[in-house]
Amino acid sequence: MKRILLILVFFVVLILIWEGLYRTKRWSPVLVPGPSSVAQYLEGAIQDGTLWHATVVTMRRLLFGYFLGIICGLPLGLLTARFKFMEDTLGIVALGLQTLPSVCWVPLALLWFGQTESAMLFVVIMGTLWSVVIATDNGVRTVPPIYARAARTMGSSQLHTWLTVVLPASLPFIVSGMKQGWAFAWRSLMAAEIFVTILTGFGLGHLLHYGRELNAMDQVIGIMLVIIAIGLLADKILFSPWERFLHSRWGTAK
Amino acid sequence: MAVHEELRNVPPEKLVVEGVSKWFRMRRTAVHALDNVSLNIHEGEFVCLVGPSGCGKSTLLNIIAGLETPDSGQVLADGKPVMGPGHERMMMFQESALFPWLDVMGNLMFGLKLKPNLTNKERREVAEYYLHLVGLESFVHANTHELSGGMKQRVALARALAPNPRVLLMDEPFATLDAMTREQLYGDIQRIWQERRKTIVFVTHNVREAACLGDRVLLFSPHPGHIQESFSVDLPRPRDINSVDLAKYSTEITRSLKRHLHPGTAEVAE
Repeated sequence: MKRILLILVFFVVLILIWEGLYRTKRWSPVLVPGPSSVAQYLEGAIQDGTLWHATVVTMRRLLFGYFLGIICGLPLGLLTARFKFMEDTLGIVALGLQTLPSVCWVPLALLWFGQTESAMLFVVIMGTLWSVVIATDNGVRTVPPIYARAARTMGSSQLHTWLTVVLPASLPFIVSGMKQGWAFAWRSLMAAEIFVTILTGFGLGHLLHYGRELNAMDQVIGIMLVIIAIGLLADKILFSPWERFLHSRWGTAK
Repeated sequence: MAVHEELRNVPPEKLVVEGVSKWFRMRRTAVHALDNVSLNIHEGEFVCLVGPSGCGKSTLLNIIAGLETPDSGQVLADGKPVMGPGHERMMMFQESALFPWLDVMGNLMFGLKLKPNLTNKERREVAEYYLHLVGLESFVHANTHELSGGMKQRVALARALAPNPRVLLMDEPFATLDAMTREQLYGDIQRIWQERRKTIVFVTHNVREAACLGDRVLLFSPHPGHIQESFSVDLPRPRDINSVDLAKYSTEITRSLKRHLHPGTAEVAE
């Protein structure tokens, strides 16, 4: 209770400082709108449904692409860790492509797929995939071989050992890889949405973009706050429970 | 299958090691780990393999377990050649090798789930029986990192016993534990061995430990690994590691060990 109160007070103070700076009128209100006008914009956007609609469009792209990326990335990571041949081929490709900022896929995606959902999906998948491949590969390589030996003496077959020992043993790595993949996917999707207008749906990035076009700073800041909130929420809903479980099981938490 | 059926003692296996040799090929050299080792282990016998580090005793254990294949020779379990690992011959390691992503019950269930013909409820009952046997029934849902070193090895022992193997292969399982915990476990392993009737092959570099636990102590010598000498320990059980009678055996074995080794290479605790 005390903790929640503290958090609340912190943010109220933050907004008050913002309001205070706004009130000094040192900067043009066009460039620094007050909290109230941002709130007003958000309220309007919620009421006429644009915000909800844009959020749904963005999240659909993100989640769909993200899960596709994980579904492809996990087995590929297992393969590169298991087979020398895959390590020397796909492993190197994955390592190279992971260093490529995922925004760099946007021009290619647009030329290949045009201004369609597929282009967006492609960018998100490319953001997720390589991080997951590399994290899985890393995780599998760090699994102490004694786990597999113990499992084998208990009568576990090769495949069974991979599924029930190697995979769960590398979970801490895989989860942090998934987290990184999420961050990459989220960033690249936002960049793509700001970059290009996709006719099949206006996402949060587009709202941000139009905010700039219309010189509507309240909209720009409002959408930025929404994007931050979604990022925080994803962390709390998608990853925190996993990480808490892993920390308590492995005993790695403070 | 009913639980009591699953918990009944299975007849221990007779192990025959026939002329087993093993080389490890490195990039430049080949290490001759085992040279023509032959050995008979009776049903329900407790045999300790003792020797300095690198004498091939762990390699022999791995070969008996089916985790490694010999370059020549074979291991027969009740007359049938050992082709690979399986739950007839369960192995315990120096590290507990407990799975950190599972709790204590999950670890015991791992091997049990690989046994068909049991319902999950029956498996859980079996697991509880063995946790009770090692005195950790109140730690069913503990995470592995919450256990002390000795408790971890107890859980590892329960996990190895749970699928009701006929042979228990132990590779220096108590080497990293403190003396007090070790002494308790000497008592426990003797009690459990008598209760559950297993053939046990126990690898150690601690002569006194070997004399305390084994019906027979086999002395290994390195370069290449072979059995140097065999000692029968005829003392009543349960044996106390601190007893004077035991000391006589361990001194005798240690003396012989030192005789066979070049001075300076011995890494053996007396």
